[in-house]
Amino acid sequence: MKLVYRNIDKNNDGVVVLVAEESEDMWHAYNLISEGDQVKSTTIRKVQNESATGSSTSSRIRTTLKILVESIHFDIQACALRLKGKNIEENQYVKMGAYHTLDLELNRKFELFKTEWDTISLERIELACDPSQNADVAAVIMQEGLAQVCLITASMTLMRSKIEMSIPKKRKGFVQQHEKGVVKFYEAVMQGILRHVNFDVVKCVIIASPGFVKDQFFEYINQQAFKNDIKILLEHKSKFILIHSSSGFKHSLREVLQDPAIISRISETKALGEVKALEQFYTTLQCEPSKAFYGFNHVQKAADALAIETLLISDHLFRAPDVALRKQYISLVDRVRNAGGNVRLFSSIHVSGEQLTQLTGVAAVLRFPMPELEDDDECIDNSDSD
Amino acid sequence: MSRHRNVRSMVDEYDDDEDVYGHSVEEDYSISPTDASQWIYDRARGQNSMSAFLANNEDIVEEEDEEAENEKFAKSRRDSENFQMPSLNDFDQAKLMSCMEEVRNVIGDEVVSDRVIVELSMKFNFEIAKVLDEILNECSSSKESPPVDRQTKSIVPPPLPPTVKITSVPVPVTVTTNTTNTVPAAKLFAQQKSPISSGRNTPEPQSLLDANSTPSEETVKTYKVTKEQAQRDAKQIFQTERGDGKAHFQMICIGHVDAGKSTLMGHLLVDMGNVSQKTMHKYEQESKKIGKQSFMYAWVLDETGEERARGITMDVGSSRIVTKSKIITLLDAPGHKDFIPNMISGATQADVALLVIDATRGEFESGFESGGQTREHAILVRSLGVNQLGVVINKLDTVNWSEDRFNEIVGKLKTFLKQAGYKESDVTYIPCSGLTGENLTKPSTEPQLVNWYKGPYLLEVIDNFKIPERAINRPFRMSVSDLFKGTGSGVCVNGRIDTGILCVNDKVLVGPNREQAQVKNISIDEIPQNNAFSGDQVSVMLIGMDQNNVNVGHLVYDPQFPVPTTTKFQARVLVFNVKVPITMGFPVILHYQSLVEPATITKLTAQIHKGTGEVLKKKPRYLENNSCALLEIETTKPICIEKYGDFKELGRFMLRVGGVTIAAGVVTKIR
Repeated sequence: MKLVYRNIDKNNDGVVVLVAEESEDMWHAYNLISEGDQVKSTTIRKVQNESATGSSTSSRIRTTLKILVESIHFDIQACALRLKGKNIEENQYVKMGAYHTLDLELNRKFELFKTEWDTISLERIELACDPSQNADVAAVIMQEGLAQVCLITASMTLMRSKIEMSIPKKRKGFVQQHEKGVVKFYEAVMQGILRHVNFDVVKCVIIASPGFVKDQFFEYINQQAFKNDIKILLEHKSKFILIHSSSGFKHSLREVLQDPAIISRISETKALGEVKALEQFYTTLQCEPSKAFYGFNHVQKAADALAIETLLISDHLFRAPDVALRKQYISLVDRVRNAGGNVRLFSSIHVSGEQLTQLTGVAAVLRFPMPELEDDDECIDNSDSD
Repeated sequence: MSRHRNVRSMVDEYDDDEDVYGHSVEEDYSISPTDASQWIYDRARGQNSMSAFLANNEDIVEEEDEEAENEKFAKSRRDSENFQMPSLNDFDQAKLMSCMEEVRNVIGDEVVSDRVIVELSMKFNFEIAKVLDEILNECSSSKESPPVDRQTKSIVPPPLPPTVKITSVPVPVTVTTNTTNTVPAAKLFAQQKSPISSGRNTPEPQSLLDANSTPSEETVKTYKVTKEQAQRDAKQIFQTERGDGKAHFQMICIGHVDAGKSTLMGHLLVDMGNVSQKTMHKYEQESKKIGKQSFMYAWVLDETGEERARGITMDVGSSRIVTKSKIITLLDAPGHKDFIPNMISGATQADVALLVIDATRGEFESGFESGGQTREHAILVRSLGVNQLGVVINKLDTVNWSEDRFNEIVGKLKTFLKQAGYKESDVTYIPCSGLTGENLTKPSTEPQLVNWYKGPYLLEVIDNFKIPERAINRPFRMSVSDLFKGTGSGVCVNGRIDTGILCVNDKVLVGPNREQAQVKNISIDEIPQNNAFSGDQVSVMLIGMDQNNVNVGHLVYDPQFPVPTTTKFQARVLVFNVKVPITMGFPVILHYQSLVEPATITKLTAQIHKGTGEVLKKKPRYLENNSCALLEIETTKPICIEKYGDFKELGRFMLRVGGVTIAAGVVTKIR
């Protein structure tokens, strides 16, 4: 993301001009823009003209529109962000108050007006514009008959392709069917990698699986690369890392990212930090249950007592359409910061973020035990009670 | 010029993809006036209430019943179709017509055929009152007799135990019985609803719950099966086919990696004469060639190149032996930690288990202490419902058949197995050696062993296992453990029949999609069979379905009693030793029968007491080691699952995280 212009006054009212450079920036934009904001961007609009004789022609016109955002839609797979709202600026072609859907495009600047810029949003801009955060990793999580090709960027885990195949098991005297099935499966996974992984961008390709699937698969890739002269694989052979995981499902990615071999390779990325923080929360919960809490009510009380050392919070909470609710979470973050606590913003599309989201979205590790909270049954989040 | 205009208008049309306004949906979907008058409620026509309209509109029900067999009904219908009006003069013809119309007005359509009315009208000389009298009398008498008659005839096939009687009432027959009566159809529909929607042995409350959980689909839809399939007596077929034969059961061989499970099983097979000498010689030569001669017996079951090269079992191998009184399917489970999912899928099929222990110094200890699979396997198998265990103390030859070593190991295991929930009387300890074959199929001749061991040899122990009760009378269910392309057009599924009976040509449903299929053939151990019963390991060829709609882990079941399909269920679980506490939002892997599916714990409902089941704490924040709890689990994809209360065999599951089994549980409620 590129920050072109920024004008925010002391009342936190102002405008920011940004240029999204890569697909991940769309995710940042999605987190920045909330309903009620104003966005100005260039777009294509179909305009109908009626001539004096009554015949009408329609033409597509590129124009710049400013809309008041009413709804936001983000497509994770395509990384496309669509904003729907009413036109609020006079325009040659579009009437005031007419609805328009802005499709934010890469490499075109957009202006974002907010009446109140909060710390979380400002931080998000900083984060998005920090080039050092870039660390793309491709990961293939597999087990026999199931594989997922994922791309892990600083704040996103994108599942690019999922290969599911039923491989006949071994049966007396019919081993060939099994072996044939395995080869077919490996071929499909390899094609998935070739199609979805951009070897020029990714730092490394993780192949994770239980048992020997990863070794077998890697061997297969090498063989095929030699046989069919797939240059791209031969060149980047050193980028592959084989890691053990307990299963081939997506959430095993969490254990993969904890593997020491990975940590040394991809050093400190956001994904890694999140996994670690969540792990720490769980260990604390195991060893000292009165120092680890989750659910907004509990965490709120702990924050009141200035007890929070690390706050884990999922970014989906800041996208809440309800402004009051959003403010509540923002003030929680600010308070923890002011008290010298650590705040970790989890991206809700990382595996660890997904888990935190399920765990009410907010959790905290405390400086000192607060056993009184434990007995407080009232505090357990009732939000999910059906 | 005109050509240009054409092109332009085409472009315009293409461009003009905006929503169409001022255009209502109805204009697109027209309906003919007759259809409309029949099906659409019209307030203007004086039908002042919707419900009255619905009650009158009997045809709605009639349509569904078409296929049901009812001879009388069918005959009467045929009657009116082929019936020729008697030739009469104009005057009489008119009289007849008006008479028939009167009669129809009074008694309604469909109750009696045209023929009857015409005949009666002629007989009574078109006197409406008399005709009506006669018809109504006849009707009421027929109303009493035929249904009763049918009930006795069709629903009570040769003696059935009372429970089955209820379940095997064939739905289609009930429906037609009702239509012959003159009771308003709408009412009938309400009555017959319960047998359809409940679809199982469980009484009302459950069925209501089911109906709620799957609102749109299956409540109204019934799956038709043939009369034979609906009414056969499983027990009797079983008696005639298997009554005198040897009983089948499955035995799984478990234990720590490298305990010698495959070698033991392989050697057993060789000694029983199941492996030809030629093959054995080949294995011996080949294994010698790669310097792993000790693996020659294991190769009998480890067939894939990968398994042989690495010298470990990866997937469950199965094979069959016949003893004096039983036919046993041996399942050889992998011991390696990473392949526990395979082992679980094997264990769900087993009735009894053989726990293999490596007696070598140091090996037993490493397999038994934390991190070893001995404990995990034993607990897993127990939680999956296996309660008879044979403990094989293997490789005793490496410690010179030392009695002290044997007793030391047995002592340690005894306390552990007791904790794990095995009854002492159900556990047998056998010393033997898988590689040398000592004490396997015949009493040992090894003097060092004979000195102190007087107990049975392995085969004797296997032969003495008690066979668990088979649920043959329950609705049919089978879980798919393997899937492959069969010869011809069908899909071949392998698995164990958990309950009920399956016959060739049966209609079955498969998986959460409720895909319908027909059984083309059944084979047990490559031998074609006509029927297969609960407990059998079968491979079934299904036709009439897409291979992509069936997967390993899916259930195949009886269309009359479909399995509930859900993504969310409530369960009672026992938490094992866990490294991190379980909280809500915890991602787990659900192992259910052969199914392996990612799931999330969405809610911790209550922590309960292990023994009494009373609630200790409502909505606990987390669950720690060895606690017992009620919780809710949500899967990403819909799965077929049964309550423990309904099907003991199918109500159990396992939760695993990061290669460790964290909990075992039973399904208590399906949402």
